[in-house]
Amino acid sequence: MKQKLPNRFLRFIKPQAVRFAWLLILVLLSNLLALLSPMLSGWAVDAIGKEAGGANFEKVFLYCGEMLTCYALSSLMNYWIAAQLIKLGQAVTHDLRKAAFDHLSRLPVSYFDRHPAGDVISRICYDVDTVNAALSTDLLQLLTSVFTVLGSAVYLLIISPRLSCVFVVTVPLSFFLTRFQMRRIHPLFRLRSKTLGQLNGFAEERMTCQRTIRIYGVEEKDQQQFDAINTEASRAYYKADCASATLGPSVNFINNSSLAAISAFGALMYLSGSLSLGSLSSFVLYSRKFSGPIREAANLLSELQAAATAAERIMDLLDEPAEEEDLPDAIAPEHLRGDIDFEHIDFRYTPEKPILTDFNAHIPAGSLTAVVGVTGAGKTTLVSLLLRFYTHQSGHILIDGRPISDYTRDGLRHRLALVMQDTWLLSGTIAENIAYGAENATREQIIQAAKDAHIHNFISSLPDGYDTVLTDNGEGLSKGQRQLLAIARCFLRDADIVILDEATSNVDTETEDAINQAMEHLREGRTCFVIAHRMATIRSAAQILVLENGRVAEQGTHEELLQYNGIYAAMHRESVGKS
Amino acid sequence: MKTVLKYLQTYSFRAVVGMLIKFTAAICELLIPLLLERIIDVSVPEGDLAAIWRQSGLMMALAFGAVLCNITANRMAAWVSLEITRTLRGDVYRRIETLSCAQMDRFSQATLVSRLTNDTYNVHQMFDKIQRGGVRAPMLVLGGLTLSFLMEPILALIMLLICILTCLTIWFMTRRGIPYYTRAQESVDTVVRILRENASGVRVIRALGQQIHECDRFELSNVEACHQEQRAATTMAATNPLTEFLLSAGLTLVIIMGAYRVNAGLMPAGRVVAFLSYFSLIQTATIGIAKVFVKISKGVASAQRLEEILLLPSEQSTEQDTSTYTSEVGMQDVSFSYLGIEPNIENASFTLQKGEMLGIMGAIGSGKTTLVSLLLRLYEVNSGVVWIGGENVNSQDRRALNGRFGVVFQNSALLSGSIYENIAFLRDISREDALSAAKTAQAMEFISTLPDGMDHHVDIRGGNLSGGQKQRLNIARALAAKPEILVLDSADSALDYRTAAALYAAIRRDYPEITLIVITERVAPLRNADRILLLEDGRIAAQGSHKTLLQASPRYRRIVELQEGGAVL
Repeated sequence: MKQKLPNRFLRFIKPQAVRFAWLLILVLLSNLLALLSPMLSGWAVDAIGKEAGGANFEKVFLYCGEMLTCYALSSLMNYWIAAQLIKLGQAVTHDLRKAAFDHLSRLPVSYFDRHPAGDVISRICYDVDTVNAALSTDLLQLLTSVFTVLGSAVYLLIISPRLSCVFVVTVPLSFFLTRFQMRRIHPLFRLRSKTLGQLNGFAEERMTCQRTIRIYGVEEKDQQQFDAINTEASRAYYKADCASATLGPSVNFINNSSLAAISAFGALMYLSGSLSLGSLSSFVLYSRKFSGPIREAANLLSELQAAATAAERIMDLLDEPAEEEDLPDAIAPEHLRGDIDFEHIDFRYTPEKPILTDFNAHIPAGSLTAVVGVTGAGKTTLVSLLLRFYTHQSGHILIDGRPISDYTRDGLRHRLALVMQDTWLLSGTIAENIAYGAENATREQIIQAAKDAHIHNFISSLPDGYDTVLTDNGEGLSKGQRQLLAIARCFLRDADIVILDEATSNVDTETEDAINQAMEHLREGRTCFVIAHRMATIRSAAQILVLENGRVAEQGTHEELLQYNGIYAAMHRESVGKS
Repeated sequence: MKTVLKYLQTYSFRAVVGMLIKFTAAICELLIPLLLERIIDVSVPEGDLAAIWRQSGLMMALAFGAVLCNITANRMAAWVSLEITRTLRGDVYRRIETLSCAQMDRFSQATLVSRLTNDTYNVHQMFDKIQRGGVRAPMLVLGGLTLSFLMEPILALIMLLICILTCLTIWFMTRRGIPYYTRAQESVDTVVRILRENASGVRVIRALGQQIHECDRFELSNVEACHQEQRAATTMAATNPLTEFLLSAGLTLVIIMGAYRVNAGLMPAGRVVAFLSYFSLIQTATIGIAKVFVKISKGVASAQRLEEILLLPSEQSTEQDTSTYTSEVGMQDVSFSYLGIEPNIENASFTLQKGEMLGIMGAIGSGKTTLVSLLLRLYEVNSGVVWIGGENVNSQDRRALNGRFGVVFQNSALLSGSIYENIAFLRDISREDALSAAKTAQAMEFISTLPDGMDHHVDIRGGNLSGGQKQRLNIARALAAKPEILVLDSADSALDYRTAAALYAAIRRDYPEITLIVITERVAPLRNADRILLLEDGRIAAQGSHKTLLQASPRYRRIVELQEGGAVL
């Protein structure tokens, strides 16, 4: 059962409670100050006198001076309050974004395969912004309105309890009407935020493949799809707006009709002698005071509703189940020998399709193990399990004799160095990208790593060299160049186990050969787990695992497997073109 | 701002009608208290029961009129601002789609996403607030001014002066706010960028244990965004107190002037009081106006960011070149540079006949992909001629040109959707064609093992497929429309040897007419190529068939030896 929104949201408001209370008091004070000025202006007007020549200029100037001071003070105070409110709103905005991002970093990897980044962006930018707008402008106004209304209500009760009965009808009526409408509107607002998130998700995804769209000449279809989702989002937005457009005016309607009722009943009471004319007129005066803030507040309702929905979407994100926590006694290893055992591993991403079934393998410490097999055989899955991106359904993975769940995730990953098929670069300089994951690396070390990865010459040829800024996942670099950067990154990392998943698949043969020589140095004393197609890498492996149908079909050295004359031998024959 | 304002023009009729209705609603609401006063001041003392009922009834009617008008006006306003936003957003998207690759390179994807979403939203807010809050307040101000002019022109001049001053202040502040909001939006771009990077790079970040580092990086951008937004908002927050103070200064001035005039016998004392009440009316009204202008300031900043895209000049034009070339595909003395500093392609010349196969090899950064991009006219050559189908690419319609090609780029993206949708890729491709393309691309091999086959759902960025599977889907996509020319840029890098060999054989078998251009690191598929280009630093170092190159190019020989000595599995 989900907690209700206010409870979940409270932890973000709490740190601001004191500041908020202060501001509330200040606002009340400034309202009082604002009441003082009309009084002073009244005195000033009195000092003018009724007849020509009767003005007491000394007093007029005095009161005018006081008035001006009063206004100046209240203006300063209002500015200060507004600035503080903005600060408060931004503080909450900051906390919300931070909490959302921190939570994202704890979500399982699979979350990002299923949830478009655009929707997450939508929550962290648009939804947080909506909440902020409500907090920094609307909420305080609403609260001060409540105070004014309550204050006036007390007066009204004192003047005429009987006439106040009108409010016994209208106030609950407005209350229930608002509640009823809010309930009706709520799902519309949810839909509005959701479709906006979808729109953002769509835009985000399609921005990444603009080039492909261009080349296939499908801009029109793409545009149509965008238009459709844009229209849908706009319609949802309009529907929510339409529904909430009734909120303010209908509360106002009740408010206005209560004024009419008061004047009618008040007049009747005056005529029957149960109310004096003076009381009636001051009653009406206060009722009007009452209605001003109500009108303002009613107009805020739809914005508050939007903010509540937005807050809900942020809270939903925060409620996404995080990755399983590390075991309480899990350790962060300082050093691993690098013995890896897969014991009876079963794994499937979706229930219907098993990837690994009863997979067994032993990778001795300090050795080079190569994994081969057709694409989709589950090679990369092995890496994902080893890094604990996913959890296997049954069996054990042991490193140095301990199940990997005995290590903390980060602790374990810090001892591994991984180069993947799809390299990822962050926006930043080339140097930052190479040093990513090795914060303390010096420029010399970075350059050495780049030299080992044979990317130094290319980097030096760029106008800004190592300070060249990369954007959009290294757009403009070839896949091979990106792979070399990832390899340089790996060289800088002091890891115990090196995992190369098709790390050089897009690198030309000569460069690969050179890298392999540099790698030999890297592999020394480390366990190496390599997924590759190329012979040069595979044949030097101490052990080759041939994966088929989710298990190890053949296992042994290059020579042994050739002799065995099974799948591997067949693959080898084909590859050298001697079939 | 002009371009965005044009969008308002289209809906100006509806907007004006909506505002007129809002105006009516405001009149209704303003009349209610007047009636109330009348009842108390006139009807009640007279004891005129009928008049009381009549006027109360009228009040009810006015209240009812106000609610109807307000709801209608609000809805119309919502409609107008949404329509503006919808068309604007659509047009920005359309413009992005027609940007040249060189222009795309200048804008990061993050800023495009952010402009499409956040900035259009801000513009929406602006139009919405103008329509909703822009009627009642100016009306009260104008009304107050008119009444005061009717009553006492000289004192009213003071009021007018103050009002003009107030308007100037608001205008000045709004202008001042715009650059702040522009900066605030730029910092939102950074937030968007980091979020996108963290979604696409989640595996690498986790593998390197960099979550905390990423949290810190996000925190920096978060703090910066908050800081910028705060600065912008705080700047704008001064508007309200400033105008308030200006108005109250005017108020005191009115009292003092009034005192002199009353003292001189030029006006009755009572008018000063009446004046004061008008003034307070105006005062409350301007508070609402200032609020609207905060949104305007933010909206204008965003509108400018959108215009920056909308107003980009379109870069590619077709030129007339009627000369024809005897070969299907070719280049003559082509040179090209991305940045204009160092040449990325230098003096490239080659020809290829219809149905032939061209292989491109070369070290990393030697210009393989660039060469292919020029064939597709993704970039304009600096000198030389590129032709496709015997015609200069510059004289061909871009659509028609691209329509000849089926291309797999290194980073071709998969969409979240079914496998069939990914192969069809927004085109009208029948299931049969998609199926046969998938067969040729050797993709059926794994598609047939999936429970839903062609309807199997592909996760975002193909997250649930292996590298080789993704590549084969991309190849199937390229083949599905039966192109004249197929370009495969390192499309076999994640394929095992057996699959790759089967793939090339199948393409030749199923599409015998197709002209093939293949960038690959592997020698094996190039054995049958009619021509191989060996690139070195943007120059074609050697070209010829496998056999010729084996003899002529020591470099090629070395590559072959390296690979044959340790062939590819």
